[in-house]
Amino acid sequence: MRFPRRAAGALLAPAVAVSLLALPVSALDGDPGLHDPSTVIEAGGKFYVYATGRGLPVSMSDDGWTWRRAGSVMDAVPGGRPGPEVVARGGDATWAPDIVHVGDKYFLYYAAPGRQPKAAIGLLVGRTLDPASPDYHWTDAGPVVWSDGIEDSNAIDPGVFHDPTDGSLWLTYGSYFGYIRLVELDPSTGLRRYPDRAPVDIAINSEASDLTFHDGWYYLFVTHGSCCAGANSSYNIRMGRARRVTGPYLDNMGVDMLQGGGKLFAGSRGRSVGPGHFGRLVLGDDVEKFSCHYEADLDRGGRSVLDIRPLLWRDGWPVAGDNVTAGTYEIESARTGTALEMAVQGVPVGGPRGRGAAGRGGRGRGAGAPAGRGRGFGPGGPGRGFGGPGARGRGATPPAPIPAQQASDVDAAWPAGPAGVRLAPYMLQAQQKWTIAPVAGAGGYPGSPYFRIGLAGTERVLAATADGELTVAPAFTSAPEQLWRIDQLTDGTYRLMPKAVPGTSAPMALSAIGSSTPTLETFRAGSDRGRWLLRTP
Amino acid sequence: MTIVRSTCVFAAALAVASLAGVGLSARPAAPAQEPPRTLAVPHGDALPVDSQGFLRRWLVLEPIPVPGALTEDAVHEVLAANDVWAHASAPPADGQTAMAAGQSYAWHAVDTLAYNLNLFHFAHALGKPTSNVLFWATTIVNAPRAMTDVRLAIGSNAASAWWLNGRHVIALYNDRQAVIDDGVSPRVTLRAGANVIRAAIVNAGGATDFCARFLDAQDEPITTLTASLAPAEGVSR
Repeated sequence: MRFPRRAAGALLAPAVAVSLLALPVSALDGDPGLHDPSTVIEAGGKFYVYATGRGLPVSMSDDGWTWRRAGSVMDAVPGGRPGPEVVARGGDATWAPDIVHVGDKYFLYYAAPGRQPKAAIGLLVGRTLDPASPDYHWTDAGPVVWSDGIEDSNAIDPGVFHDPTDGSLWLTYGSYFGYIRLVELDPSTGLRRYPDRAPVDIAINSEASDLTFHDGWYYLFVTHGSCCAGANSSYNIRMGRARRVTGPYLDNMGVDMLQGGGKLFAGSRGRSVGPGHFGRLVLGDDVEKFSCHYEADLDRGGRSVLDIRPLLWRDGWPVAGDNVTAGTYEIESARTGTALEMAVQGVPVGGPRGRGAAGRGGRGRGAGAPAGRGRGFGPGGPGRGFGGPGARGRGATPPAPIPAQQASDVDAAWPAGPAGVRLAPYMLQAQQKWTIAPVAGAGGYPGSPYFRIGLAGTERVLAATADGELTVAPAFTSAPEQLWRIDQLTDGTYRLMPKAVPGTSAPMALSAIGSSTPTLETFRAGSDRGRWLLRTP
Repeated sequence: MTIVRSTCVFAAALAVASLAGVGLSARPAAPAQEPPRTLAVPHGDALPVDSQGFLRRWLVLEPIPVPGALTEDAVHEVLAANDVWAHASAPPADGQTAMAAGQSYAWHAVDTLAYNLNLFHFAHALGKPTSNVLFWATTIVNAPRAMTDVRLAIGSNAASAWWLNGRHVIALYNDRQAVIDDGVSPRVTLRAGANVIRAAIVNAGGATDFCARFLDAQDEPITTLTASLAPAEGVSR
């Protein structure tokens, strides 16, 4: 049995240099250092998150990518500390808050541990999240739940859940000592709706619980493992689901989370160790994100940092997606299966060959094909073959590999100025390969910076035009129409949107409106036309 | 019903190898073959698009022999060398001829019974080549009102280039099948009344056809249009 020692302000990281953008994007920009984050919440066009630490540190962001510290919650609470009833039930530390917006109120729940497992969860009520607003202040509403130090509960790590099916409000809490517990709240006050009823036990051996609902299922997220040991932390996020909010929550193998079950949602990977404290952020149009902290970001000296990543849904279970990383990709339409390309005449990889090379784009009977093979008369016409220049008889030297086609191999005939954009079957050709790279200092959106989408091996970039179409511009200027937001959607495909389209403020997304034709138009969540696959070329 | 009757007339005409009365003239004597079932003789002034918005009434020029290369550059060369519009003094009409590379070719009015116009059937019925050829086609699209932010959506076997009211709006190159909405133009405006489409389809070998329709700003097919052959007064082709 153990009680976590929570990181406080000392763990908060200084601003992170934007040079990190040269690396694959793994976490946020600015100052994302924190521990035990609340669910990220959007209000008034800004994003807020609250964390463990003295006075409950506030972090905010204008775009969800670049974060900054914005004081502490307790700065706006009379007395500057948990109220006396909260301290009496628990202690005066301030940990692991969570927040929800109900009606015109924000309810902020926080852990106030004393000598664990004696602890309490307090409630603060506010009307705005903007620290600059004259209406910004938090009112102490007292303790909501608590543990007396003996019972099978450690009343920390609140997770608040607003049930979309009936508007009811629920609070989960707990940490290792005993159970993860659930109580119903009064949506008008944020306090317990039935204070005389016993809490419902829904999980054990975990902490940082949070509930969400999707497509007829309630999902309980918890964090397993140990925290607060840097890269030696074994934190990982697990989950179960139930048809009723009160459970039972079973994992993918049918094991009740009350018996230690839990399907892995997110574990350590790459340069990030120990994800914990799940929170869901629904942005609409099939774009969902989840927030968490990593116990150790190896690219930031092992500090604990916030991250925001795509949330996917597959076979009835949430899946932790990944923000786009720098690299070269084929951009394939989920609607048509054709690939985005600069509109120039392609050259077959390895060069034209075969009898049909001159006029048929390289198709035709290969020089090495046996007589009589490859003939036909269909839509594609006669002269197709199976051989190529390397197809030879038995005993000959094995054919040499054909190198990948580079832009410099074929760009002599490309226009020097702007070029069109179209879709075509992917043929591994240079005009079909796009290098996606984050752009420093250009802002971003929840979880990612804006990206440049360049034709691989060239200075040419994909851009929006004033008439809502696409072009390949000869050079990158960092203009908004050349910056791209790339969100992974809930089905794992991607939505690509220019930061701005000249002449309009309407958000527009890359869309396949024909097998050969892309355009920019309003994204439609119910259609594949705006969904794209990023494939390794 | 009209279409069914037309089909019967068209088929009967083919059976007796006499197409002069139904618009497809100059068919040489040929062994009896299964007549094409996808084309019919136009009747009436205008033919509504079908339920999916496909234009079904066209004037098609007899195929012009060309090298059959389908790259972008090759298609441009073919069109420049066989520009039947450059010296045309009047809009084409059924039975009239046009000159290309010193040769005369006849225009034929056809309705297609399918969403696409089967150029293989068209040329085959005329005893003309179907491979390594260029087809010119044109129609007049009648719009009940001006329509902005619409798109011409086409598919073709094989390469094709398309103009709307004299403006080049979309092209497809290389060997390909006719796929609905394969190529889609940028947003264009259909003016109230007559709008002229011109198309060039270059085939290398085998089957050849095309389809065309307009999509509205929501990418839904526009089904309130008609297609006709005679140019409306004041419309320049």
